[in-house]
Amino acid sequence: MNPTPGPLLSPAAGRPEVTADGDLAAYLRLTRGTFRLEVDLQVPAGQVVALLGPNGAGKTTVLHTLAGLLRLRSGRIMLGSRVLDDPAAATHVAPARREVGMVFQDYLLFPHLTVLDNVAFGPRARGARRRVARDEASAWLDRVGLREQAGSLPARLSGGQRQRVALARALATHPRLVLLDEPLAALDAATRLGVRSDLARHLREFGGSALLVTHDPIDAMVVADRIVVLEDGRVVQDGTPAEVARAPRTEYVARLVGLNLHRGRGSGETVTLDAGGVLHVADQVEGAALVAFPPTSVTLHRRRPEGSARNVWAGQVTGLEQHAHTVRVQVAAPRHPPVLADVTPAAVAELDLAAGAAVWVSFKATDTHVYPG
Amino acid sequence: MLLLPAALGLLFLLLPLVALLVRTPWGDLGAHLSTPGVLQALRLSLVSAGLATLLCLLLGVPLAWVLARAEVPGTRLLRALVTVPLVLPPVVGGLALLLLLGRRGLVGQHLYAAFGVSLPFTTAAVVLAEAFVAMPFLVIAVEGALRGADRRYEDAAATLGAGRWTTFRRVTLPLVAPGISAGAVLCFARALGEFGATLTFAGNFPGVTRTMPLAVYLTLESDPEAAIVLALLLLLVSVVVLVALRGRWVGGGTP
Amino acid sequence: MPRHRPVTTAGPVLALLLTGCGEGSAPDAGHGPPGEITVFAAASLSGAFTELGEQFEDAHPGATVTFGFAGSSTLAHQVLGGAPTDVLATASPETMGRVTRAGLVEGDPAVFARNSLQIAVPAGNPGGVRTLADLTREELTIALCAPEVPCGAAAAELLAAAGLTAAPDTYEDDVRAALTRVRLDEVDAALVYRTDILAAGADVEGLEVPGAGDAANDYPIAVLTGAPDPDGATAFVDFVLSASGREVLGEAGFDLP
Repeated sequence: MNPTPGPLLSPAAGRPEVTADGDLAAYLRLTRGTFRLEVDLQVPAGQVVALLGPNGAGKTTVLHTLAGLLRLRSGRIMLGSRVLDDPAAATHVAPARREVGMVFQDYLLFPHLTVLDNVAFGPRARGARRRVARDEASAWLDRVGLREQAGSLPARLSGGQRQRVALARALATHPRLVLLDEPLAALDAATRLGVRSDLARHLREFGGSALLVTHDPIDAMVVADRIVVLEDGRVVQDGTPAEVARAPRTEYVARLVGLNLHRGRGSGETVTLDAGGVLHVADQVEGAALVAFPPTSVTLHRRRPEGSARNVWAGQVTGLEQHAHTVRVQVAAPRHPPVLADVTPAAVAELDLAAGAAVWVSFKATDTHVYPG
Repeated sequence: MLLLPAALGLLFLLLPLVALLVRTPWGDLGAHLSTPGVLQALRLSLVSAGLATLLCLLLGVPLAWVLARAEVPGTRLLRALVTVPLVLPPVVGGLALLLLLGRRGLVGQHLYAAFGVSLPFTTAAVVLAEAFVAMPFLVIAVEGALRGADRRYEDAAATLGAGRWTTFRRVTLPLVAPGISAGAVLCFARALGEFGATLTFAGNFPGVTRTMPLAVYLTLESDPEAAIVLALLLLLVSVVVLVALRGRWVGGGTP
Repeated sequence: MPRHRPVTTAGPVLALLLTGCGEGSAPDAGHGPPGEITVFAAASLSGAFTELGEQFEDAHPGATVTFGFAGSSTLAHQVLGGAPTDVLATASPETMGRVTRAGLVEGDPAVFARNSLQIAVPAGNPGGVRTLADLTREELTIALCAPEVPCGAAAAELLAAAGLTAAPDTYEDDVRAALTRVRLDEVDAALVYRTDILAAGADVEGLEVPGAGDAANDYPIAVLTGAPDPDGATAFVDFVLSASGREVLGEAGFDLP
């Protein structure tokens, strides 16, 4: 998939005839200090998009521009046929007047209001009478399973309950787009699992577009239909979770999804790497190419291995890292790419692996995935 | 390490009150308290301090909001100016009010010429003098609370559809309510004890401008024992009011 | 009734602000009469006594006179509270009496001056005040001294003698405060001492009140028992009572006994 939506949204051409109701079309440009944000993003109605990226990549900035809390320097934001931001035309719709809901990182439930009044806040602020707003809020609390807690203050809720209240509060205003900033980050691992699948379900039922910021690939994979990876203010990858997991385009994504990734130029069934070394691959890609292979497909040996693996070289262990049931070993070699290999603890003992140990690396061409870079 | 100075500090604050209590002519208490002017002065004190606090809330909370939120240059200078009444001797404050609002004052002369209104020697002048001296206490307390408050709650309210006013009323104000009530209590206490500015600006006339501190001071000229009784009464009423207010507003305890 | 106890007052702040504080500063004069003399004097004496102090210092090389000017009651409180003072001069026998009764006065106080009341009006007399009877006009803004202080007691006596009930808007606790109201043109009239009106210059006009002499205040002066410099104190009191002292007081508008 092309990392940018292309001419779809160039600010000059614009695209006033954006069709699908609830379609978000955003062309974001802004500078904060030395940080520059340059992101093009389109979210069709009903789609849940995860915005994945390292700290400081600009994920929260993207959400804040979409919510109207930050102004664009240039570019444009449209929701359906409505222009929310267009600095060139001096258009900026205030956050309160956008149909955009937001779930903040630590939820920001109003501490002085009950759970019910927190959820009723949006409908009230948008002009509903107190009773109507409360009825609406009650219905939402039912939906997220918090009817019992309606009269409690947020301080008495667990982390997972707060997250659900925050979601109900954002959805109770019937937004066309809901933004979620690290909605699971504040939760402990045990709660996270359940809350994550609930969140996925609610976002699917909600029907509008959703944009979810996270730095956890599992959250992104489970909750989102599509993953947009942001690095240093730019989109570096955009695709379905499966695509991203299989064919990472940057070192950061590769690390997230646990793959070795190397960049080079393909010719026949070899790829000459930019950083030095040659990899044998099973498919043919001509020109700029990326090669990905899982650490589990890499085997380590004390002596030069016999067999059919075409990628074989000698190197030195530079680091070991204990994972759940495997040990991830880093191997470096002159004139060859650095490689991660997953081996069993038994193998570590058998091969007497330690930092500085000499070791042979091998993996098959058929275990690699090569794709245009 | 800290206990000794803490104990000394407490003694320093309490011993003068003890001295006052020891010297109180308990036997003549009833006689002194039933002197006609006493209840009048007490009522005037409570009413004017209450009104002054109200005035400070109406003007001081928005002012604190501007100081805490406005991203304009000069806020620092503005903040320094707001605290001027704290360092100004109250008598000078009263004189300044007189020069501004007196019937020959900068503004007062026009009021007098146009409406025949002259503020000095009226209860309104008492309220103004008290508010002038007490407002910084409120502003500083509320500004501190506003600065300490998480502004992202206001962002959250905005994304929920709340305009500035709704956000201020339903989110910002409740969040800083403890700060406001603490400020109001300080403000009321300061107004209740106000002496110098009131005397200078408002004058001293029973029932109109003679608040308890003025009554105490004047009584001191002729009858120190009666003055002690009045001072004690003022002290007692202040403590009762402040404890009641604190219990009601601050003691509620928001997280 | 127990005798008067020391009481802290907030008075000096106001008194000093409104009257100014005359003080002589000089290098340490050491001991040997007369040296450093501290004189507490009624606010209405500030002009005359400052002048007297300078003359005294000229006549007694090495002597330094330091004044504390305030309302007579305040001064009495401070002396009763143990202020280290050599000489006390008040604006009424009553205030001096409190100190005398406490046994703090050396010998008998001597009356050295009398001060009578006049009606003070702002320059140009905007209220059109002519006589004492005008002080009963509700539409005028009037300042009187509080009955608790000497000038107020004198004013009450004067008004009672004339059979009048004044309509004051404020009771000031010291004569200079009342006069300040007139100077700032915040009141139309005030009853203050003739000496104060003389000292105020062009800002204030004084209107004679018939019979004011009958309600005049006697000003007593005395050396205090706790005087750090008793010889100097006696010398200063003698100087006030001398011909040159009388001359200065007379020029300031005091009647002389």
